This record gives sequence, C-alpha cells and structure tokens, in this order.
Amino acid sequence: MTREFWKGNEAFAEAAVRAGLQAYFGYPITPQTEALEYMSHRMPELGRPFLQAESELGAINMVYGAACTGARVMTSTSGPGTSLMMEGLSYIAATEVPIVLVDVVRGGPGLGNIVPSQQDYNQMVHGGGHGDYHQIVLAPASVQETVDITYNMFNLAEKYLTIGVVMIDGSIGQMMEPAEMPPMLEIRKDIPDWAVRGGKDRRVKTSIYFAAEDMEKTNLRMMRRWQQIEKNEVRYKEYFMDGAKIAIVGYGSAGRIALSAVRTARSKGIPVGLIRPISLSPFPKQLISEIAEQVDGILVVEMNTGMMLDDVLTAVQGKTHVEFYGRSGGVIPFPGEILKEIERISKEPQKDGRHPRDFWLERMESISV
Amino acid sequence: MAIADIKNMEVVYERPKTLINKITSYCPGCTHGIAHRLVAEVIDEMGLSDKTIGVASVGCSAFSYEYFNCDFVAAPHGRAPAMATGVKRVLPDRIVFTYQGDGDMISIGTGEIVAAAGRGENITVIFINNANYGMTGGQMAPTTLPGMKTTSSPHGRDVEKMGYPIRASELLSTLDGASYIVRRSLHNAKNIRKAKKAIRMAFETQVRGLGFSMVELLSTCPTNLHLSPVDAMNWLEEKMVPYYPIGDYKVHPVLSEINI
Repeated sequence: MTREFWKGNEAFAEAAVRAGLQAYFGYPITPQTEALEYMSHRMPELGRPFLQAESELGAINMVYGAACTGARVMTSTSGPGTSLMMEGLSYIAATEVPIVLVDVVRGGPGLGNIVPSQQDYNQMVHGGGHGDYHQIVLAPASVQETVDITYNMFNLAEKYLTIGVVMIDGSIGQMMEPAEMPPMLEIRKDIPDWAVRGGKDRRVKTSIYFAAEDMEKTNLRMMRRWQQIEKNEVRYKEYFMDGAKIAIVGYGSAGRIALSAVRTARSKGIPVGLIRPISLSPFPKQLISEIAEQVDGILVVEMNTGMMLDDVLTAVQGKTHVEFYGRSGGVIPFPGEILKEIERISKEPQKDGRHPRDFWLERMESISV
Repeated sequence: MAIADIKNMEVVYERPKTLINKITSYCPGCTHGIAHRLVAEVIDEMGLSDKTIGVASVGCSAFSYEYFNCDFVAAPHGRAPAMATGVKRVLPDRIVFTYQGDGDMISIGTGEIVAAAGRGENITVIFINNANYGMTGGQMAPTTLPGMKTTSSPHGRDVEKMGYPIRASELLSTLDGASYIVRRSLHNAKNIRKAKKAIRMAFETQVRGLGFSMVELLSTCPTNLHLSPVDAMNWLEEKMVPYYPIGDYKVHPVLSEINI
C-alpha cells in the first residue's frame, strides 16, 4: 500500500467506505462538510445509498432506520448537529443497534464558530441523549489514526451493539497529511438475526419498554456490555513516560501540540512525559490512577475549559498534584504556552489546595478581561 | 340452527393475517382499530406481509407494532418518515409504511414529512387525523378545529392566539415529489370502504415505484372528545369533514389507470 495525501474529512469518509459502509446520511455543517461532499460522489459510484437529509434530526433517524436493518451505516456532523442528533442517539442506544458517528468538533457553545475545539467532550463522553447508556468515543490525533479508528469502529459498534463515536477536532478534519488507506472490504451480505428485513418471522426494533422492569433489564444488559467495553477497549499512547516526574494528559490536537512541548522540555532536561488517551469513553482511568502514583504532578491540557480534567481528577483520587491548562472557544494553544506551564510546574507547582480550574482561570485573567 | 349447518357455513369475514390476534391498547370506539384493519387487509390482499416493514410513531399508535404481523421499527416523535427513508434506501425492494397521528406528523414531524414528500421518497404514510393529542390526554393539536375545546385550549382554540389548523393533504399535494395524496374519513361504512380503496392505491403507488404516497384518515378520539363512539362519529361527519374536505389532492397519472 502507498501513503497518499489525504484531507482528514475525506480520509475518514474513504476509510468508512472501505470498511463496507452500506449507507451514509448527513447534513452540511462546517468543519465536516467535505465528508458529506465526498460521500455524495463516492457512495453512488459504488451503488450504495447516499442521502443529504433535511436536517441532522433527519440524518440521524435515517441512520437509525438503516441500522435497524443491520446495515453498516454512519453519519458525520459537528457540535450544533450533534445536539440535534442527541434524541436519535438515545433511541439508537436503547434499541441496541450499531452505528458510527464522526463528530468534527468546532468552537461553541451555541452557533459558536467553525474553528477547532474540544467542546463536545462532556456531551459525547458523559452526556449524549437522555437515559442510562454509554457510547464508545475514540479521539484520534492524526489523519492516519482517524482512518484506522474509523475503519475499525464499525467492528466495535457491531460487536457491542453500541454507538461508536469518532471525535476529531476540527483541525484534524481540515488538515492534510500522508495516510495509508486500509484494503476495501466486501459489503456484508448476511442479515443479523436481530435485524428487520421484511420476512416470515416478525421482527421488531424499538426503544419502548413499557414495563419498568423490562427497561431496567435492558439497561442492565447494556451496562454489562459496557463493562466488557471498559475491560477490552481502553486505548491510549504514552510518550517519554520513562522516568517522567510530570505527566501531561491531553487527547487529540491538544495531545499532539503538548507532545511538541514535551519534546522541547525534555531537550531542556525536564523529566516530563505525555499520556494521550485515545479512548475517552471508556476512559483509561486505571492507567491514570497508576501514573498518579509514579509522578510528582499531572498537567491536563485541553481545548475547552476543563472537561476531561474532571475524569482525570476522579482517576487520580488525590494521589498526586493536578494542574490544568486549556484554551477554549476555538483557540488552539501553541506549544510554547504548554512549555511555559511545564517549566512553571517543574519549578513551582501550585499547591495551595485550590481546584486546578480556579488556578487556571486566574492565570487566564489577562486574556479574559 | 343445527351445529352441522354452522360448520358448513362459508367464512366471509375474518381477522386479516397481517393483524395479530391481540387485545389492543386503544380505547373503545377509537378508529385506530378500523385503520389498522384496513391497512392489514390491503397488505394481505396484495400479498406483501413477508416483505413489509412498518414504522410506528409516537402517540397512541406507538404500540401499532404490537398489532401488525410484519416487521416493524419504532421511531422517535415525528421522525417516522426519516426512519422509513433509512429503511427504504437500504432495502428498496421492501414495502415501507409509516403510521402517524396528527401531532406526530404535522406538528413535531413537519420537517420530516415535508422533506420525505418533497424527495418523492417511495414510502407510504398512513396519517390519522383526530384533531387532538390522544395519548397525552387530549391537548390541542395542529389539526384541532377553530373554537374546539381541548385540555390545553380550555376555552376553545382561539385562532387569534393559537393560530389556524394545518391541512396536511393540501399542503403536501403542492410538492412535485408527492404522487398520491388523498383524504378519507372513517365515520361510516361507505367512507370506510373508500378509505380502504385509497390505502390500496397508496401501497400500489409504492409497489410501482412512483414515489411518496399518503392517505389522511379523519378519525375519532371518543375518550378525549368526551363523546360516545356513535356521537364521535357524528362529530367527525359534522365538524371535521367540512373543515377537512374528503378528496383526491394529488394522483399520479399512472394511478388513474389502475382499477381495483
């Protein structure tokens, strides 16, 4: 195989096609629109359904309908679109059908802007639609990783009958990088035994469990599957963690930018390393808990006001010192900003008992006034 | 009459195979039962039960999948046409129909139904218009008649403040993608027979790949109208039919050649 120059949004679209995607439904929204445009010619070229829906509400419910037939199906969108899709996602979760959603994250809340951000962390990892359910959320940091994760996400979603979210910062959707495409898989011909298809024995896919006991059984069944996911599907990457006294925790673009800062800091002799969670849900809490016992401090870096920070604090359980640095609203941190934080923490960590977010907000005062 | 005679009698009326033998959750006198039966009879007569996938909506008919003996999916409120689109695009040789009430289809689901009709989506929509939100206890619907009292328009629908009803058939018939749009009423035997013929034509539209079809069925909700089933039927004829005229609003030319 050869490495080619791919734009992130088109790369995940092609990766999905090669994974045997059977239908794509979407709606234009920056910064993911290139994926929709790519699918509009690529899917019909292969004789597969593509449809631009009337809205993200329409798109996710078309995905829902197609998923009930057992087809490999996906959509892609960005924050304002994911908010509209939350209703459908909750129904899809409760119906226990697999789908893949790519969220190309932009700045917000509200209409916000169209520049890269990590504002959707809580919505995707902790929130989602109403009710008792979890979904897999994987956050790549490069175009190649986006390709590989999207390609494999269909298998994960089908294995656990769950929603698989590929969450990429707008920057990854928009940038071009060399990437190697995986081989083209055949479209699956078999119909899963749970799927509707119009046949002799009647099959029903619904999210209604009118008896509370039945809904509870469903929720417990989903929770047991989630425990399997937590056991089997935790993913992360470690960089320069040998002998590290400070650990940075950052995902996606923030993790990638932090890596530049870590390299510079290491060249200056500061013992710092990086943990880059790839699975945000399930979160690598065991790893963070173990790291907390080995280092003098953790710096969480995000492109939001501290969402993953709460998960890190929960995993650390006070076992080490935690600080936070974030840029929000679509502002991307420079490696220099993170390097400054590393240098400060290596000399004089903030240890006056304040919440890391409070201390960070104080440092941000010059910007926010 | 001797028992032997009964045994030799010809069966002229029985439960359609596409209806499950089950007590429904619908109130006594509600026309959902009639509408279900008509749809099931048409599916039987056309031999489609093994290739049909229904899409239930939200409202009293949320449980319609419990009563039809064919594959079903249950859509979020108003989203049945979108969900049906997803099913139909992946399985274009199957018959896909939605069964939706007025609150579902022309209030919360207005976007989805207009878009599906505009696209000429090759699905069939059975639209139950009983002028109120039945399941939640009789609130004002987009189809509630001017002056009509409901639990959320206790002094009657004041059109100055609450606006006018939406006539869905007339609205959708303006769309090029719509191929068969008709309104029928379920208030007496004659009209019920006509309604069945219309449902047959709607499914014929889909079988022939002609695009979007919808049958609006003027219906009753005796419980929330606080009327007996018979009085509710009279209300349907006297109040609903004049506001929502029975008629063919859009018929694809090919369909006019079909004789059923």
